[in-house]
Amino acid sequence: MSDLHALYQEVILDHSKRPHNFRPMADPSRTAQGYNPLCGDKVTLFVRLDGDRVADVSFQGSGCAISTASASLLTETVKGKTLAEVESIFAGFHDLVTGKAPRDGQGPALGKLAVFSGVSEFPVRVKCATLVWHTLRNALRGGEEVATTE
Amino acid sequence: MAVTSEVAKPRAGIATRSAFDVARVREDFPILKEKVHGKPLVYFDNAATAQKPRQVLEAEQNFYLRLCSNVHRGVHWLSERATQAYEDTRVKAQRFLNASESREIIFVRGATEAINLVAGTYGRKNVQVGDEIVISAMEHHSNIVPWQMLCEEKGARLRVAPINDRGELILEEFEKLLGPRTRLVAVTHVSNVLGTINPVQEIIAMAHRQGIPVLLDGAQGAVHLKVDVRELDCDFYTFSGHKLFGPTGIGVLYGKARLLEAMPPYHGGGDMISSVSFEKTLYNVIPYKFEAGTPNIAGTLGLGAAIDYLGGLGQENLLRYEEELLAYTTEALAGIPELRIIGTARQKAPVISFVLNGLHPHDVGTVLDQEGIAVRTGHHCAQPLMDRFGVPATTRASLAFYNTLEEVDRLIKGLHKVREILG
Repeated sequence: MSDLHALYQEVILDHSKRPHNFRPMADPSRTAQGYNPLCGDKVTLFVRLDGDRVADVSFQGSGCAISTASASLLTETVKGKTLAEVESIFAGFHDLVTGKAPRDGQGPALGKLAVFSGVSEFPVRVKCATLVWHTLRNALRGGEEVATTE
Repeated sequence: MAVTSEVAKPRAGIATRSAFDVARVREDFPILKEKVHGKPLVYFDNAATAQKPRQVLEAEQNFYLRLCSNVHRGVHWLSERATQAYEDTRVKAQRFLNASESREIIFVRGATEAINLVAGTYGRKNVQVGDEIVISAMEHHSNIVPWQMLCEEKGARLRVAPINDRGELILEEFEKLLGPRTRLVAVTHVSNVLGTINPVQEIIAMAHRQGIPVLLDGAQGAVHLKVDVRELDCDFYTFSGHKLFGPTGIGVLYGKARLLEAMPPYHGGGDMISSVSFEKTLYNVIPYKFEAGTPNIAGTLGLGAAIDYLGGLGQENLLRYEEELLAYTTEALAGIPELRIIGTARQKAPVISFVLNGLHPHDVGTVLDQEGIAVRTGHHCAQPLMDRFGVPATTRASLAFYNTLEEVDRLIKGLHKVREILG
């Protein structure tokens, strides 16, 4: 598979064209905004918490295929997870897209997020994939500041 | 002995209608032989920075190899030579812009610094609370933010002249914004996103009728047009060396002498003074008043070499060839399904922004990069303009005279590949 096809896998293209959980939320516990000034990607993330568990998560915004698919798959992945589990998944995802080998046996099961492995061959696109994750972290920490990739 | 006249043979490479040998010109630009991802580089990001001919690189290196010393300071041989070369470049820049006098040429780091200089000196001196500065909707951030900063400091107001859907300034609306409170008009000569060539002569005439000075941001204009500041009668003109096939970190501010003389200095330091005591400092005359500290001497000499190089090729030939490139590219892009060109001004330079329906420019740029094609994707430092056209970003192909029709064909092939990969 060429690098390009590895980057733009079917799953990624599907999620970028028909993102899941792409909607505002009426009663979010937390919201946060993310912005990538390099390419103009903008994302607003809505999170409803139930104790320390993510009960619901959705997003809105505009961005490239990688950032939109990443946001869509994030919402699918973290729903129902605890805050600690989310942190652990983000760490594993970050290692994946930056080309660091997953820690043996200790890495979280990334499931569908594994489709982003091709991003590691495109260093300038890492920010596209991680923007929404940084935004989620900001939301969960209750921060008001806009997550940026700079 | 009879002389046999050689029958004209077709040139190597792409034959063009204009009398311009692009294959030979490309030999002057070593970087154009580079490969990217195993493919010959197609460099279509010239509006961000242009490539440099060997002559520019040699001029910079020659300074460090043979002339290196400070300017305007030493009595020794090297310093005299360096000073002479530095001041010769000022004359080259003067002739390039057809300014009346070389003292009207200030060396700065680039167009951004030039605009900041005018905002920080002319602006701070002349703009008061309630005054207005008029810009256009197609400005680069560098011709927006310095004026916003000034307006914020002074309690003045920034007025923005609108553009139509083709990306052309609406002159009637522009004129309505001019009034007794307008202290300055600052507009781009050529848009870095849309390629629009602004009707600067009319703009200047309208402003001057009301006694308002005009600054032209020539970052693209100096590259794609023949500039004659006397004929234009603009009050300030700015450009960056690196977009004009020269080095980074050097640029020019042209200003009418009487305006420059009345302006306070920008940076304080050496060279910009005529005498210093702890009680009082007397400032130097123009242009030195605005050139504090040791300047970018190597960069200046590189810029001089770039101006010489362009002069040698004949600017008229270059511009004619650029028109051909623009027409060919525009027509070829029209054949790509669901592609929309952003910026269809009737007067246009070969800077072509476009969007592909449903695809984000960042993804388009990544696929093109794999084909060895360098384009710019993003907001091009013109976010308000992106908002005007309702797009978050565009893909921009900006061409230079060393580009070929063959390279445009590769872009078109690349865009078909984009569709194939991204759907």
